[in-house]
Amino acid sequence: MWEDLQTCLFDAPFVVIAVAQEGRGAEQARPWIEKARPSYPCLIDEEHRVSALYGMVNVPQCVWIDERGMIVRPPETAGSTDHFRRMDPATRTLAPELAAEREAARRAYFDAVRAWVRTGEHALPGDAARARLPVISADMAMAEALFRLGLHLRRVGQEDEAAEVFAEASRMHPESWCIFRDAQVLEPSGFAGGPGFWARVNALGDKPYYKPPEL
Amino acid sequence: MAVVLIETGTHAVPSEGGLRLAPEDAARVTGWTLKPEGMCRDDLCVPLDGAMLAGGRVDAAAFWRHLGNPVASDRAGETWVLGAGAEARNAALAGLEAPDFALPDLAGKVHRLSDYRGQKVFLTTWASW
Repeated sequence: MWEDLQTCLFDAPFVVIAVAQEGRGAEQARPWIEKARPSYPCLIDEEHRVSALYGMVNVPQCVWIDERGMIVRPPETAGSTDHFRRMDPATRTLAPELAAEREAARRAYFDAVRAWVRTGEHALPGDAARARLPVISADMAMAEALFRLGLHLRRVGQEDEAAEVFAEASRMHPESWCIFRDAQVLEPSGFAGGPGFWARVNALGDKPYYKPPEL
Repeated sequence: MAVVLIETGTHAVPSEGGLRLAPEDAARVTGWTLKPEGMCRDDLCVPLDGAMLAGGRVDAAAFWRHLGNPVASDRAGETWVLGAGAEARNAALAGLEAPDFALPDLAGKVHRLSDYRGQKVFLTTWASW
């Protein structure tokens, strides 16, 4: 979906940088990247380093960075919505009107990105951007250290201990879906979207899984 | 031998009882150098108490915690993570300068965020899971 953005802004000083948060390594991401055939850099982040640096807690989340390398929009949901929570669980499909709503929200977000690139609209002044920065707590920092330990243990085959470490990381940073989901045993479909995921999503109640961006 | 994962990479270092390291190894994994005043970096020195420095070895884990940073280790005490603390992470963002990183693409070519200065960057994450 980022390719459309990159393509329609080909004549602007603009680049999409997509970073795969892939604790299981590049090969996990390869089929998706090869299918998308991106013209923009698509990077592999086996340690979730970018999520840690920017305080991201889910995917896709994005940050807008201006020509001087300054953050003008801190991490926010990049075009995804919570409509998936209203899918028919048997068919994994959305009713047409919900699908249309989802598409409209996605389009509105990417229109905002295009407007920013062309005119600067939607870039936040420093104070407003700073006010939206995530605040990283000591528990979150500890969770990231534990997650990294878990990834290492999983890579060297100590899966049982890795699972314990991942569980503790998730307990310390419950808002992080990146930690929770990359720690899951993958289903054959390739999605960490099994019963544990849905139980956790349902436990959100009225809270969003994808917090809508405030444009 | 202990495996120590730090922000910039992974080190294998000889260790005794926890993460008690020779001063040169402690410097490699913490970025702080043992001097008579304590552990020092640039102009700043942090005194070490007796528990953090014994038998000529630095307890790198205790020192790292003393700085307010997270330390994680496996049950065997063979693998350690010296993570970045919340204060450092928040400070890195507070100035709004996008934290730099270098990561490979599928072909192994390393891209650094700062290489893209002069362009607007839409930095986005995704995952296969």
